[in-house]
Amino acid sequence: MREAARDAIHARGAAVALGGRTVWQGLDLAVGQGEFVAVLGPNGVGKSTLVKAILGLVPLSAGALSVLGGRPGEHNAGIGYLPQRRAFDAGLRVRGVDVVRLGLDGDRWGVPLPGRTRRRRDADARVADVVNLVDATAYAKRPIGEISGGEQQRLLIAQALVRRPRLLLLDEPLDSLDLPNQAAVAALVSRICHDEGVTVVMVAHDVNPILPYVDDVVYLGPGGAVAGAPKQVITSATLTRLFGTPIEVLQASDGRLVVVGQPEPPAYHADRHEHP
Amino acid sequence: MVVVADAGARLTWNLVTDTRQLFAFHFMVNAFRAGTVVAVAAGAIGWFMVLRRQAFAGHTLALVGFPGAAGATWLGIGAAWGFFGFCSIAALSIAALPHRDARGYSEQSAGIGVIQAFALACGFLFVSLYRGFLNGVNALLFGSFLGITDGQVLVLLVVGAVALAVLVVAGRPLLFASVDPGIAEARGVPVRVLSLVFLLLLGLTVAEVSQITGTLLVFALLVMPAAAAQALTARPASSLALTVAISLVVTWAGLGAAYYSPYPIGFFVTSFAFAVYAAATATAAVRRAPGPNIAPAP
Ligand SMILES: Nc1ncnc2c1ncn2[C@@H]1O[C@H](COP(=O)(O)OP(=O)(O)OP(=O)(O)O)[C@@H](O)[C@H]1O
Ligand SMILES: [Mg+2]
Repeated sequence: MREAARDAIHARGAAVALGGRTVWQGLDLAVGQGEFVAVLGPNGVGKSTLVKAILGLVPLSAGALSVLGGRPGEHNAGIGYLPQRRAFDAGLRVRGVDVVRLGLDGDRWGVPLPGRTRRRRDADARVADVVNLVDATAYAKRPIGEISGGEQQRLLIAQALVRRPRLLLLDEPLDSLDLPNQAAVAALVSRICHDEGVTVVMVAHDVNPILPYVDDVVYLGPGGAVAGAPKQVITSATLTRLFGTPIEVLQASDGRLVVVGQPEPPAYHADRHEHP
Repeated sequence: MVVVADAGARLTWNLVTDTRQLFAFHFMVNAFRAGTVVAVAAGAIGWFMVLRRQAFAGHTLALVGFPGAAGATWLGIGAAWGFFGFCSIAALSIAALPHRDARGYSEQSAGIGVIQAFALACGFLFVSLYRGFLNGVNALLFGSFLGITDGQVLVLLVVGAVALAVLVVAGRPLLFASVDPGIAEARGVPVRVLSLVFLLLLGLTVAEVSQITGTLLVFALLVMPAAAAQALTARPASSLALTVAISLVVTWAGLGAAYYSPYPIGFFVTSFAFAVYAAATATAAVRRAPGPNIAPAP
């Protein structure tokens, strides 16, 4: 067993109840610093809820959770967060760099003094740096509503990174991207994880785009969660135990994993997503 | 009510003479003072309203001003108090409508529509209770710039200054919460509180604007300058400044035109704002569609 204080995220027997219903319980989790961890599981199993619990936006109903050595929410300044989302409204007339900039000082009260102060120059330089880091310089000055979903996603990753966080929480960042873009964003996140030494927790629908990069996966199921190296977790035996129904994991010749027989999500999840 | 004073006012097309004529009467000076305060407040708050897509809430708040002012007139207290009181109460009611989620800008259309219909019904009730008031109804709905007293200008100034001061303090977090409530909340921005504060500011501003443009034409100053500016630039600071500038120019031009003509001010302000909006959208459309003869950048 690892030492809780040195882990970026450490959970023991954690549970969350929303609207009187237990979303998950008995969750044990240990994410080491600098690791790239994927959170997997079917729709409605509580992946986003886990991310919100790590941020302290959703309280635990049982168990313990420590994040960056403190209570959830205590060190949010050191966390970069990308919520699960649909695209920005097409009519939103704010530039990409402005959205990134809001991640830097959008929570400050008052207006900055006009003129080229030192602080402003530093802020502009930092924004330009992260935009460059995610290869978004070419379209960062266009209104964010007008650029493609993949381009928006990169700028949002830049926004999450702009304050040099120690922990990056990405909720389905590959959602709605085409396959080449999924691969590109996955490689980008892995590069950031290693070059900047950031711990990354990424919720994903499909493990395959990130399979080459992840250290560990956490598979959420109705009975709890299993965590470990992908090879140990994404197997027929483990997933069958987690879901209590027969599940088969097939491996294609190119190494991709296909999970067959995953239980259907319950019907009341159908209306869960917000629509524009 | 002041007797219409345009008997001697003729447009000479001489800028100096016309301007001197315009400011010859104290009521006209007050109209410009009030218009300036209202234009600045409406521009700034309207910019956020357009960004947050709360136009329907703004429209409802405007219509709520009508029963407020009618009721206040019926009771014999100044219409301004009715505007401010009813618009604030309506803003709080809209804020209290159940939210689907933490997002500050989700519009609860059905609930807001109910408030709107009820407000209009009350307005007509008050109007019919107070029979001698039919001329006033026109001013309430379509605006008037006559007979604004020093005291009224002062009230407008104080309320406008408070609204702007709140915006100066909360502007950046409000922008964050408007653009991306989910991330703003995770960063510790009080998204729900800001959403309530903004609705209150919107209520107060709508009450101010109503007193110049009338409750039906509030959007002339609240939506059109902001929509025009946002079409022209996507830089937040520039488009906010441009919004206030357009709003001021449109209001001043509207006051001038109304002074030299027998038609109501609401019509002029709205038409000028609409002209600016149309020109801005056309410019943006032309800029966006690259013509075949545009040379590639060297
Ligand atoms: N505010 C809430 N009140 C009550 N129940 C909620 C609330 N938010 C989420 N839930 C429920 O909690 C469960 C987990 O939701 P969550 O969004 O975490 O799922 P998810 O694994 O992220 O799903 P997806 O893959 O579709 O994003 C769902 O059953 C959902 O209906
Ligand atoms: Mg989710």
